[in-house]
Amino acid sequence: MSATGTLDRRAAVKALLADRGDLLVISGLGSSSYDVFDAGEHPGNFYLWGAMGGAAMVGLGLALAQPKRPVLVVTGDGEQLMGIGSLLTIATKQPGNLSIAVLDNGHFGETGMQLSHSGLGAKLEVIASGAGIGNVSDIADMSGIENFRNSLRDLGGGPRLARIRIASGEVERALPPRDGTYLKNRFRGHLGFVVK
Amino acid sequence: MDQIAVHQDSATSRDWPVAIYRTLKSFGVAQVCYVPDAGHSELIKLSHADAGIKTTVLTTEEEGVALAAGAWLGGDCAVLLMQSSGVGNCVNMLSLMASCRFPLLTLVTMRGEWAEFNPWQIPMGRATPQAFEIMGTTVLRLENPDDAEEVISAAASLAYDGDQQVAVLISQRMIGRKKWTKETH
Repeated sequence: MSATGTLDRRAAVKALLADRGDLLVISGLGSSSYDVFDAGEHPGNFYLWGAMGGAAMVGLGLALAQPKRPVLVVTGDGEQLMGIGSLLTIATKQPGNLSIAVLDNGHFGETGMQLSHSGLGAKLEVIASGAGIGNVSDIADMSGIENFRNSLRDLGGGPRLARIRIASGEVERALPPRDGTYLKNRFRGHLGFVVK
Repeated sequence: MDQIAVHQDSATSRDWPVAIYRTLKSFGVAQVCYVPDAGHSELIKLSHADAGIKTTVLTTEEEGVALAAGAWLGGDCAVLLMQSSGVGNCVNMLSLMASCRFPLLTLVTMRGEWAEFNPWQIPMGRATPQAFEIMGTTVLRLENPDDAEEVISAAASLAYDGDQQVAVLISQRMIGRKKWTKETH
């Protein structure tokens, strides 16, 4: 398998979030947030517009607080690389309801398409496995996306990490709301918490 | 008789981690995360022993800032424990809390300020309040063990009710001199 992928990132994320049911989604800054927004606005989406390296940890805090809801973090290789230690931290808690989808194009797409560590040979799914995340996969086609999507609702099967090999071409930006307080209150409202 | 009284006083003073723990429980804190510090070791033990608190060890402090944001999204109050040397690691992640007005309560044991023998601890210790303040985090000080409940309670209200980011700096004087003898290694 070549290091770079061929999957269309928008199609991949749309398939991942199809029939999402009670899935809660955290997206990492940059293209991952645009992909999740493009797949369909939802109050159970929390888009990060900053906090690089923090998406998986936001996902962990949420997964621990809401153990009966499946939580999916959708992020990029560069974002996950900056918070690589969080994979070790997640493994210590073994949250069965937490899944991480890393959209891996081997590049820092937002900043001029420099090669990332992933593009230079690092294998995120192997790192995750070494960190203690038992359920890892390396996905290069839509049937792999389908299988991963079907696994998300198994609340005892996580933590999971899927490296999803996407093509590195540019896609049009789709910009979600970027008022953080609005996104926070909308998300909490979706879970039934009253805004004080 | 006097000796016994003095002994009891110092025993009470050493109970400040218990006072902090009880105060956090009274605010319904459900998640505690930490980068270990000797000054926090008692509170960390109490937290791990409490089935009602999900306790998470971190590889670096900014992970805890992000975790606190996720916890709040899901309805949990979280607390981040760290040492002053880790505060600089949090600076960019604090923008997440400010941008979304997420509550953050962090309890920071100080190094580099009181009877510090390690010069490497001093620069970050000295910069700790400013490192928080440049990001809009409110800094409170806990200098006296007897004030633990009052200060932590004020900080928790400001964080969880006032949607603010609050750091309580716990004086190195409360933790005592680090003993660098063979027995402690």
